[in-house]
Amino acid sequence: MRGMTSIVQTVAGLVAGMLFLYGCYITLHGHLTPGGGFAGGVIVAASFILMSLAFGSVEDSERSSYRFSSFFESLGGLLFLGVGLVGYFAGYAFLNNLWAMVGRPLHLVSGGIIPLANIAIGLKVGAGLWAIFLALGASQYVMKEGP
Amino acid sequence: MDRLVPLFVVLPLAGAFLVPLLAKLWRGLTDITANLVGAVLVGLSVYGLVHLATGSPAVVYKMGGWMPPLGITLVYDSLSALVVLITNLVGFPALLFSVRYLDKFTGRWRYYTLFMLLLAGMNGVAISGDMFNMFVFIEIAAIASYALVAFGTEAEELEAGFKYMVMGEIGGLAILFSIAMLYAKTSTLNMADMSQVLARMGQTPWFWLVLGPMLVGFAIKMAMVPFHSWLPDAHLSAPAPVSAMLSGVFIKVLGVYAMVRVVFNVFGLARATAPAFFNMLVGFGLVSIIAGGLLAITQKNYKRLLAYSTVSQVGYILLGFGIGNHWAIVGALFHMLAHAVTKGLLFLASRSVERQTGSREIGTIGGLEKSMPITAWSYILGSMSLAGVPPFAGFFSKLFIILGAVAAKMYWVAILAALFSTVTLGYLLKVINSVFFSRKGVEPTPAKESPPMMLLAMVMLVVLAFAFGVGFKPVLDWVVRPAAEVLFSGLAYARMVLGG
Repeated sequence: MRGMTSIVQTVAGLVAGMLFLYGCYITLHGHLTPGGGFAGGVIVAASFILMSLAFGSVEDSERSSYRFSSFFESLGGLLFLGVGLVGYFAGYAFLNNLWAMVGRPLHLVSGGIIPLANIAIGLKVGAGLWAIFLALGASQYVMKEGP
Repeated sequence: MDRLVPLFVVLPLAGAFLVPLLAKLWRGLTDITANLVGAVLVGLSVYGLVHLATGSPAVVYKMGGWMPPLGITLVYDSLSALVVLITNLVGFPALLFSVRYLDKFTGRWRYYTLFMLLLAGMNGVAISGDMFNMFVFIEIAAIASYALVAFGTEAEELEAGFKYMVMGEIGGLAILFSIAMLYAKTSTLNMADMSQVLARMGQTPWFWLVLGPMLVGFAIKMAMVPFHSWLPDAHLSAPAPVSAMLSGVFIKVLGVYAMVRVVFNVFGLARATAPAFFNMLVGFGLVSIIAGGLLAITQKNYKRLLAYSTVSQVGYILLGFGIGNHWAIVGALFHMLAHAVTKGLLFLASRSVERQTGSREIGTIGGLEKSMPITAWSYILGSMSLAGVPPFAGFFSKLFIILGAVAAKMYWVAILAALFSTVTLGYLLKVINSVFFSRKGVEPTPAKESPPMMLLAMVMLVVLAFAFGVGFKPVLDWVVRPAAEVLFSGLAYARMVLGG
């Protein structure tokens, strides 16, 4: 058996999905409630780290998820730049808030580019933190053998 | 130009994120992307300079369209233009040199990502008009450089990288501490707005208390003498193009430029209003010149020798700003330009020697002038520029600093500066004599010339060092003098930014 005890594994399995959803919620509602891309991204990464700690991991999956996360990290950075450049190429300043008047204020679809920027940051921070966790030697610190 | 200013940060940042994605397609794409970004940045900075030199006003770019002091501004004035030019003029040859340099490493895209982040950070520091953003860009560049110093991941390199990181972060924290105190007292982070609030407060004890930690932070970044210990190890361990960037550009942008921008334009100090402060700069400059020069002369390792020489040359720049009259500041800014080009060149040339002979020690190799003529003559011409031999850029910068010292009636400072210029020549001749020429009867070390890409990078820098020297008059009138005017105008900076 790999990873931690079945108690930990059961609870982690129940919680991780909710944690992931909660992270997405915090990211998407960054322009309305406290939080935002950074906080949401950290929570999303926490759900991955929780699963990895509870269930352990094999080197192959670590390597593939490292590649996966570094791809999404770069993508998040590029998306954020893209969001900034939309305003730039539309003829305004860099990071100009273009669609500020779209949607109803205080609802999910509002705030122009702010939620888009939050999504990009969430992607970057989540993938980045997960990559850092893996790079700091997941294969050494994640429990490989159960009790 | 008004619309192009953010590209100085956006382009290298986009390059940094594109490189890891493109690396998955084809390895060569990373080389092409990085060098393309470098070349475009050189073009942009030259275009910006021409734009300012033809009489257009400085550009104040409002991020997201928010007006200062509420929003974040990018300010591209003559001083920023000079610093951006220095960054990219050394950055592009360093990138060209990297293409073949990386042959022995595996993480090619990691290197380019970090290098692009380094460029983005340094360009950002130069054009930021906001205190906290300046700190963020300083940290972007600094963190990228810590990783680059340790890029070889051998024990020696990791140790140097770690030591550098600890020192650098102490400096960064000191700067952050000062910015926090400034924000608490002035309730603004916009540099222009902050300078107006500070001017109303006057030079209270609090004013000096805040300036203190900030200067310590910048002094660590610029490797001024009591804080220089990270520099020789870091330069020795870093990949050569990174050494060239660190020594030629990094310490000047993050240390010297950030310091003078804050001291002259935000705190509004000038020789006339705060003579004690400027005398302190002169003192530290002299200590750096003397200690750096004497340490350099005793070195056996030619890369470490260059690192100590950097400490000494930064002393000259500091001395120029400390003397604080027209010629001295013009000389200091000119020396930033001249030293960036020549020290970058010397680091690249020494790497070329090390690559072909495998040795860093002075006594063990000799007579390379015959087998590697282009490398050898690049190094020799670069040394002449650094030591201040007339037709080259280094001569005029030192001349102006010494002229400034004489004009300020600091005769002993002028004499010391001139004296240590010969010390510079002395330690560089030591390298040239033993590495590139050999005594009669001593067998020259067998070696082949470096690949053409590396030679091209070196020749570009030689041409620049020569061009800035021969054409010193246009450089002086169009590039350096307007930049010095920005510093002399002091608090007019605030009116320019907020009025524009």
